[in-house]
Amino acid sequence: MTKPMAGDSIEQTPVGKRASTGSRATFWLGAVVALGVVALILLGFFAAPEDDQQQDAVRMIFVHVPSAILTYIAFGATALGSVMWLWKRSVWWDLVAHSAAEIGVIFCGLTLATGSIWGRPTWNTYWDWGDVRLVTTLILFLIMVGYLSVRSMGDDDATATRAAVIGLIAAVNLPIVNRSVEWWFDRTLHQKSSLTDGNLEDLTLFTLVFGIVVWILFFAWAMIHRFRVGWLERELRSGDLDEAIAARRAEALIDSRPQNGASS
Amino acid sequence: MLSDVRLVAAKDLRIEYRSRVTVSQVVPFAGLVLVLFGFALDANPLVLQTATSGLFWVTVMFVAMMAVQRSTAIETNDGARRALLLAGIEPAAVFLGKLIAVAVQLLVVEVVLVAGVVVLYDARIESWALLLSTCLVATIGIAGAGSVLGALVAGVRARETVLPILLLPVLAPVLIGATRAFDDALGSVAVDGWAWLGLLAGFGAINVVLGAFAYGVLLEET
Repeated sequence: MTKPMAGDSIEQTPVGKRASTGSRATFWLGAVVALGVVALILLGFFAAPEDDQQQDAVRMIFVHVPSAILTYIAFGATALGSVMWLWKRSVWWDLVAHSAAEIGVIFCGLTLATGSIWGRPTWNTYWDWGDVRLVTTLILFLIMVGYLSVRSMGDDDATATRAAVIGLIAAVNLPIVNRSVEWWFDRTLHQKSSLTDGNLEDLTLFTLVFGIVVWILFFAWAMIHRFRVGWLERELRSGDLDEAIAARRAEALIDSRPQNGASS
Repeated sequence: MLSDVRLVAAKDLRIEYRSRVTVSQVVPFAGLVLVLFGFALDANPLVLQTATSGLFWVTVMFVAMMAVQRSTAIETNDGARRALLLAGIEPAAVFLGKLIAVAVQLLVVEVVLVAGVVVLYDARIESWALLLSTCLVATIGIAGAGSVLGALVAGVRARETVLPILLLPVLAPVLIGATRAFDDALGSVAVDGWAWLGLLAGFGAINVVLGAFAYGVLLEET
């Protein structure tokens, strides 16, 4: 490594090890995800046949179903991380909970958006209040948005505890939300699981499963990066303050040295 | 434990009684919301009658927000939370006490609101037993979730705006359940209101247990 310059920020921080959250493994994982997304686009738009009834709209399931599955996985990780933070005070689990919640909210929003867009040509409406899964997913989305807004209020242990309690409330209340909405209207537009009902053509089913695999890999990739960002932030805060001050001082000394031609 | 619960509840209610915030501000606010719904729905008696249950419980949600904000403010101002903690009272007892105080205030408002919907929306009550049980059970659930989330946001800078974001989605099952049960009690929709009451009881029980467990952590660490 060359001598640190004033502009090389991360190298001079107390964390001092890496300038990025990437590693060789995440690079290759990211490359696989990128290739997977390209392959998914090709498979989804060109290879998979259109549906007899839904025509091209059926292609939406290649994004919609994987997003929905990943929403549950991510929020499940948040619930688990919340319990582990409250139980063991494990910073590792707290970061898992936070990272998974952020990514999960994106997946959940994607699920709602793609579902709505798909619903318009298929059900002839963007939104159906009588649909259990739609309403349940929306409430889950709103609770988790609240979770993130509490997270954004601070980054200390107290915030972690607050967030963990919300994660717990969300997890415990979900079955009730689901029950209530199910009773609320006993009719539902939502179809049963596309994966298990055996009505999908081979290539469509393959593309769907392929989409889920790509999404899981993307989730893993994003989680690793988000987790490392969180870890570095924490290190930076709780790390050696003196070292940070020394680094800033050294930076200031470099900056205050007379520049070529400026001081003559 | 029980005497501690009574102590905390009595303290909150005494503060409420002396400041008269519920009577002089919250009750008029609830009435105002009812009137505004009347304007918003074009003063159409048929629409109002059909929507009575929903409007009633949406109003209760708004009022709950105020009651919880107030209940939180009592402890946050002057660092009363620390004092409460140092007093050696069990956090679960503090939680239950505050829950009861919030619930009592909500019930007072609900009495006025029932009179309001009967007079303003021409609501006819067919089953008093179901109506009263729904009010009681739903209010416990609301106060339970409200008290724990109130404690959660107590130390947060922008707690007035964060509380609704957290509380309203969590209260969604109460809104759904209580509205359906009220539909039955008012005879506006043919549903089994008692089944919905069961769901409300489940919601209430879970939130009270969860709150009693989480309150100590929140009180001590946030």
